[in-house]
Amino acid sequence: MTEIKFSEETLALVNKMVRRYPEGRQKSALLPVLHLAQAEFDGWLSVPVMDYIASLLALKPIEVYEVATFYSQFNTQPVGKCLLEVCHTGPCWLRGADDIVEHIENRLNIKVGETTSDGMFTLKKVECLGSCGTAPMLQCGADYFENLTPEKVDILIEKLGVANKRSTYMKSNQLENLA
Amino acid sequence: MARKLLLEHIHVPDIQTFDVYRKKGGYASVEKALKTMTPDAVMEEVKTSGLRGRGGAGFPTGLKWSFLDRKSEKPRYLVCNADESEPGTFKDRYLMEKIPHLLIEGMITSSYALGAKTSYIYIRGEYMYVLRILEKAIEEAYAAGFLGKNILGTAYSLDLYVHPGAGAYICGEETALLESLEGKRGNPRLKPPFPAVAGLYASPTVVNNVETIAAVVPILNMGGDEYAKIGIGKSTGTKLISAGGNIAKPGVYEIDLGLPVEEFIYSEEYCGGIQDGRKLKAVVAGGSSVPILPAQLILKTAKGDPRLMSYESLADGGFQTGTMLGSGGFIVFDERACIVRNLWTFTRFYHHESCGQCSPCREGTGWMEKVLHRLEHGHGHIDDIDLLVDVAKKIEGNTICPLGDAAAWPVASAIRHFREEFEYHAKYPDKVTDPKHFHKEPFVSKKMMVNV
Repeated sequence: MTEIKFSEETLALVNKMVRRYPEGRQKSALLPVLHLAQAEFDGWLSVPVMDYIASLLALKPIEVYEVATFYSQFNTQPVGKCLLEVCHTGPCWLRGADDIVEHIENRLNIKVGETTSDGMFTLKKVECLGSCGTAPMLQCGADYFENLTPEKVDILIEKLGVANKRSTYMKSNQLENLA
Repeated sequence: MARKLLLEHIHVPDIQTFDVYRKKGGYASVEKALKTMTPDAVMEEVKTSGLRGRGGAGFPTGLKWSFLDRKSEKPRYLVCNADESEPGTFKDRYLMEKIPHLLIEGMITSSYALGAKTSYIYIRGEYMYVLRILEKAIEEAYAAGFLGKNILGTAYSLDLYVHPGAGAYICGEETALLESLEGKRGNPRLKPPFPAVAGLYASPTVVNNVETIAAVVPILNMGGDEYAKIGIGKSTGTKLISAGGNIAKPGVYEIDLGLPVEEFIYSEEYCGGIQDGRKLKAVVAGGSSVPILPAQLILKTAKGDPRLMSYESLADGGFQTGTMLGSGGFIVFDERACIVRNLWTFTRFYHHESCGQCSPCREGTGWMEKVLHRLEHGHGHIDDIDLLVDVAKKIEGNTICPLGDAAAWPVASAIRHFREEFEYHAKYPDKVTDPKHFHKEPFVSKKMMVNV
């Protein structure tokens, strides 16, 4: 197993983040640093990764575990390269979120919570993403895809597959407009 | 065209950049405050303006500022609550994305008023792309001398940072937000002490919503008394409304408080009427937490007066026949929408988002979700309706933070106004197995749909 360690570039970013908080309050950087970790270490937070973050910020491992398990965006299990998070709270439901979920399930031949056999896509239903005026929508990494139709979903899946990049919250996949 | 104080320049090309924003009069409030006013004078303007918290509670902002412990030796903090997660609400995202410098400007002017030397914007983790936009704006403001040491050559210095959350509605509650900013789980704190005395790092702290802080900019520019002339009664100024659901034109609209609800829904300037010309069934006027109202009660109060978009008018009649302005998350339901199914999604949301600290909320939201799931999917029983009312009652008022109330109110109000529809689900399970059961034939209540 390779050693778990941030790149020099990310380490510099971590140090910059820690300096945003008063001395001795480096724990404040935990959420932003866990975002960095998830982006750098295959899209999820394994126990060794969480232990590494604990040592980096001089925290007890449990302080990292309890935070990682509390917040919805942190994955404590492996996920596909592209995590498709479809909002299904009231306002999105009113505008057809169920149809979008069903379409993705059929198109990728997986159910909600599952990953495609090639490890490319994971489908997840999530609660309100603050995009009710452009519903239905899904989030993939840093990108919001809004006013979805089954046709737009097909184009999105196609493009994500061709790009074949891991989507992360830290960086846009920079796909062109789907319209 | 309606007056716009926050969104006036939103369509100016490159308004996201410092230069264009500045050319359009941006950062004037910082110059005015730092060069010509004392911090207390800035606070007085905000008090005079009558501005009320735009996150949902509607608490007077100037008063909240005045509670800040100014005798403490500890540093003071201003924290902006950009954890917008109340279902139906997306105005803060729109504002930050389209005109980020307005928030930065408001943060500087407000931090000056409060004597904060370090301020944070806590933004929900899903809005990471908006965080990038804000970071760029902050960088520009530093370069132009509006942030950092000795701003505009004055003695005032300020550092401003953006901090991402990671997906937790509860962090919109101010003490949970502070816990999260300290790198912990978002468990709300017992109050007192209030953040004004012991907030971030146990120091005096003010937490304000994005729109509240942005509104400080026009208040300083035009003067608190001029701002107070806009609106109606104690609902002063303009408000951003996130309009969604079954309307022709979903989006963010800036309105003068006091606009008639009917005009807001049906005018071409705003929602443009109901989607595909269908009939209005119900509205959740202020984000998922506030009581749902049937068409006739959202358009007119029980007394028969036109209902207005203001804190007071929406609350007219209490929870029996009224609701709340809340965050301004305006969700419209047409005649095909199933009230039970919508409520199930809301309750599922609260169950998912409960932090788990208080048993009534942790267990109660789960029970309500379970019972609503079975009613909606044709496995319910007529007694389930009273069971829901009972569980909701036992959550309300029995939790550390308002999430419990927020979960209980939608349930109580949906059953209060749409009990027949719940009974229909229990009595005719075969008719609700199709998820779109009211699409072909809208549910018509004998009591509710008359005269609509």
